[in-house]
Amino acid sequence: MADAPEHAPKAAVPTGPVEPPPPADAAVPGYITSLQNGVPGSVTQLSLYLGDWTVIVPASHLLQAGRYLRDNAACAFDYLSDLTATDWPPRTTEGRFDVVYMLYSTKHRHRVRLKVKLGEDQPLASVTGLWPAANWLEREVFDMFGVNFTGHPDRRRILMPEDWQGHPQRKDYPLEGPGELLMENPLDWLKLRQAREEADIE
Amino acid sequence: MTTKAFEAATVHGEMFDTNELVINMGPQHPSTHGVLRVVLRLDGEKVVDAEVVIGYLHRGIEKLSENRNWTQIILLTDRMDYVAAATSNVGYCETVEKLMAIEVPRRAKYIRTILMELQRIASHCLWVGTHAMDIGAMTVFLYAFRERELILDLFEEFCGARLTYNSMRIGGLPLDIPPGWDKKVLAFCDIMDGKVDEYETLLTHNRIWLERTKGVGVISGPEATALGLCGPALRGSGVARDVRKDEPYSAYDEMDFDIPVGVQGDTYDRYLVRMEEFRQSLRIIRQATQGIPEGPIVGKVPRLIKPAAGETYHAIESPKGELGYFIVSDGKSTNPYRFRVRPPSFCNLQALPRLVRGHLVADVVALIGSIDIVLGEVDR
Repeated sequence: MADAPEHAPKAAVPTGPVEPPPPADAAVPGYITSLQNGVPGSVTQLSLYLGDWTVIVPASHLLQAGRYLRDNAACAFDYLSDLTATDWPPRTTEGRFDVVYMLYSTKHRHRVRLKVKLGEDQPLASVTGLWPAANWLEREVFDMFGVNFTGHPDRRRILMPEDWQGHPQRKDYPLEGPGELLMENPLDWLKLRQAREEADIE
Repeated sequence: MTTKAFEAATVHGEMFDTNELVINMGPQHPSTHGVLRVVLRLDGEKVVDAEVVIGYLHRGIEKLSENRNWTQIILLTDRMDYVAAATSNVGYCETVEKLMAIEVPRRAKYIRTILMELQRIASHCLWVGTHAMDIGAMTVFLYAFRERELILDLFEEFCGARLTYNSMRIGGLPLDIPPGWDKKVLAFCDIMDGKVDEYETLLTHNRIWLERTKGVGVISGPEATALGLCGPALRGSGVARDVRKDEPYSAYDEMDFDIPVGVQGDTYDRYLVRMEEFRQSLRIIRQATQGIPEGPIVGKVPRLIKPAAGETYHAIESPKGELGYFIVSDGKSTNPYRFRVRPPSFCNLQALPRLVRGHLVADVVALIGSIDIVLGEVDR
């Protein structure tokens, strides 16, 4: 929308997160090496930042990798503590979304972060079958970002009304609606709305 | 030979299903603790299925935070879990401190620990009062709010506010504790000790209470873990998961306390776990208050808060469970690129349909109370 960027941050739009590779002397935890051997091709990149390990997994291997991490005795990631996404609209080669899974093991008390890079309409397998906790979290990501989860038992909006247009957490979604303009000068607002509708039709 | 009408009736089976009833509970219902709507499918008085509808209190705190600077966000975190605002403040500040590698002075860590444990008691007071009132024990509500008031007085003396404190800053605290405040905290601990026993005399062996809570909403440990339950709701099922012990933050690594766990995983066990948490919190407060070290209250914080590009996830144990923050900084602007809260109430509420299935309508009220939700945090 033409008049939205007023509220947007002034700095240049970043094209992706910083994922520093682990230093050469860092010991890769056993659960990651185990995953690399157990599910070949499931780790495209490794990252260590502030003590958190991040494993970047291709969307096609997500379910396999997740199942391995949950069921393998050395990994035992039985607790999905969080599932969320990040939007990087300028990133075209790898797709705009990062879907992030925060996994925790109640047995070994270790954490790992899985990350899947995903295009706007690219489907992503739902992990509700592995961790039922993902049900609402995936609904929220669908609601807020429009990530296309497949195989989800109940894929609906969760926080926004069911007839809502757009996905509010995307970076190109405006922060404010008509607001004061509607209250102060309804005629201007009407013109603006008409102009927008016409632009949409064309 | 089947007639057309008969076919229609069998296709839309509900024409013959006269004893299944769909009713709305909420969003304006006193025992849903806010604007929560539960759509119940009833067979007589038995709940066949339930669907939870949320979003009535959605204010877009995550989106707002991505357009505010790092210090302004502290104020927004108050508005999530508004019965334990200081805990949300600390969780956010610690995440930013982790992102910027700021060393927080020990004195600030100790005071944060005291404040967080006071919040846990205040939150549990509100929980025991409303939970008991939902089930029908009116007296406990009055008793518990009497003690919650004492905590709010302590907070008022510390930061001037009684509900939304805005009482933390990145790198430490905005103000030192007023002189004599620690004595008052210790005096409060002595009062509270007896009061917890008083609540227990009213409820723990009460026959009506036992009838209403024992065997209601049983969930096993592995199932609770898979469903993402956290906090007392998870510990009630026998899983000893507490962020304070497993991934210590603030001054919890220096404190001596136990993690109470339940056995059965029913509403009664979740009640017992929280009652024991009262006592453990008092233990932590006593240790921390007697051991507050001297020193500064703010670490070395740059004038302009602008973390280097990177992302992190940090979790703390709020009264409701694991409260996590996932923050992405792009290193260029003075606001976070992505601000995500992992709300414990949201994840606990997800288990409600599983818990209420097969129980009576009156038990739905008990179970909503038992998982202890705050809608400000569920909807953000």
